[in-house]
Amino acid sequence: MEAITDRVETAFIYKGEPIRNQFPALHQSVYGKPLVYFDNAATTQKPNAVIEAITAYYSTINSNIHRGVHYLSQQATDAYEVTRNSVASFINAPHSHEVIFTKGTTDGINLIADTFGYTYLNPGDSVLISAMEHHSNIVPWQIICGKRGATLKVIPMDESGELLLDEFERLLDDRVKIVAVTMVSNSLGTVNPVSEIIKIAHENNIPVLVDAAQAVQHTKVDVQAMDCDFLVFSGHKMYGPTGIGILYGKEEWLNKLPPYQGGGDMIKSVTFEGTEYNDLPFKFEAGTPNIEAAITLNSAIDFINEIGLENIERYETELYQYALNQLLQVEGVRIIGTAAHRSGAISMVVQGAHPYDIGVLLDKMGVAVRTGHHCTQPVMDFFEIPGTLRISFAVYNTKQEIDVFITSLKRALTILI
Amino acid sequence: MTINEKQDELVDEFEFLIDWIDKYEYIITSAKELPIIDEKYKQDQYLIKGCQSRVWLYPETRDGKIFFTADSDAIISKGLVNLVVQVLSGYTPAEIVGADVYFIDRIGLKEHLSPTRSNGLLSMLKQIKLYAHAYNSLKA
Repeated sequence: MEAITDRVETAFIYKGEPIRNQFPALHQSVYGKPLVYFDNAATTQKPNAVIEAITAYYSTINSNIHRGVHYLSQQATDAYEVTRNSVASFINAPHSHEVIFTKGTTDGINLIADTFGYTYLNPGDSVLISAMEHHSNIVPWQIICGKRGATLKVIPMDESGELLLDEFERLLDDRVKIVAVTMVSNSLGTVNPVSEIIKIAHENNIPVLVDAAQAVQHTKVDVQAMDCDFLVFSGHKMYGPTGIGILYGKEEWLNKLPPYQGGGDMIKSVTFEGTEYNDLPFKFEAGTPNIEAAITLNSAIDFINEIGLENIERYETELYQYALNQLLQVEGVRIIGTAAHRSGAISMVVQGAHPYDIGVLLDKMGVAVRTGHHCTQPVMDFFEIPGTLRISFAVYNTKQEIDVFITSLKRALTILI
Repeated sequence: MTINEKQDELVDEFEFLIDWIDKYEYIITSAKELPIIDEKYKQDQYLIKGCQSRVWLYPETRDGKIFFTADSDAIISKGLVNLVVQVLSGYTPAEIVGADVYFIDRIGLKEHLSPTRSNGLLSMLKQIKLYAHAYNSLKA
């Protein structure tokens, strides 16, 4: 059997050490084979710094935030707010009170769909999304459109998985109240020209929500340069803990929106006659949040910052290209999503083999991939396929792992076809 | 042969298949031999929705017994479905309702019954039982 250490040779080296040495979950065997983890678009593994921070939190400052007069509560509150500041500088938000903690990307989109929808959507209005959105950027809008008598419209894409910007401009009539679009497609890997989309939408005075769940871990995201009105992402896809996400919103927008959920922490004063809501960001953070995850997200951001997103992007681009080149040499493989600018994920189908079957066999060979529709059923319908096999990368992956994947894929295809 | 005798026979056959690859090759071969469902029954009415692969299951009764034919778009699912059909097809509704389907676990393929697999196998087992229940109450 191949030794696990054989695979780290071309891993990203940081301070003289392969980055993957900091990820304990990567150093295990599944079904007796060294694990190759290529399901990073679903969730990334966690570095020691994050794992240790979680233990440290519960071992030291565990307490409820924004409430207690006591020492531990002060410490926890401080740490919670430190992460908020880190996130603000991570995405270059002008103010830290524009950073709202959520449960994740889905929660952030639901928050905006609901509060924005009730405030600005009226019968006959529409919401514009793209053809490659994750279900989490489709269904919340469908729900609110249904409740408000509004229509959901879709920016189409071409066969390569690139959005048709001419069509986008054509769809931007005065009934469109908001545009919600992904920065990077989780199933196709397409990197969308969000800055251009935002510029065009703004020329028509329409705000834009950007789903950055597949972007923030791979490339520098600057909300001011991009000029988005809302941006959402998840902690667990960027080496951080699960159950924590970020909603960034421009102050002027967040102030105009009503609270999403009522409860503790989001109020200034409550009587039975009425409630005065708290200021930003607390207005949108009802109840005890996921304190542990918010605090330890900071360790994930530190991890990324220390390596540098430019370095991460350069290394992952190399991996991505290497994987594409290797895949082109496997007979029968068809890449789904061939946009000029891609990142993170590669989707494929193979003539004569169902993605599910390939995934089951790869699993037995220790290779973790995702198969299915990746929560983007409309994308699968567009390409008229039942699903794809998707590999997706993180900074700890190596070229050797890609080689193992390719060998395993060929073996699976020999069994199946 | 009873349902359990059929299950035991399968368990015996799989005992010789030590490596996972041998098991899957057996399942895939079995899929290729499946008396597949008549094309006219491959419609939504008989479709069992898994998240990842689709399974069609068609029941018919003859002489008080239920016979199943099935198909799937994924070959491993199809093979597993075929094994289930082999075991449960051709029995009375009461026998099917009362059957304890243990062979999947015993042959080391329990993971395919996990909801995360979403391959339709678990739903198909439920559907077979539902059909049997329905025929049972029709008779009564």
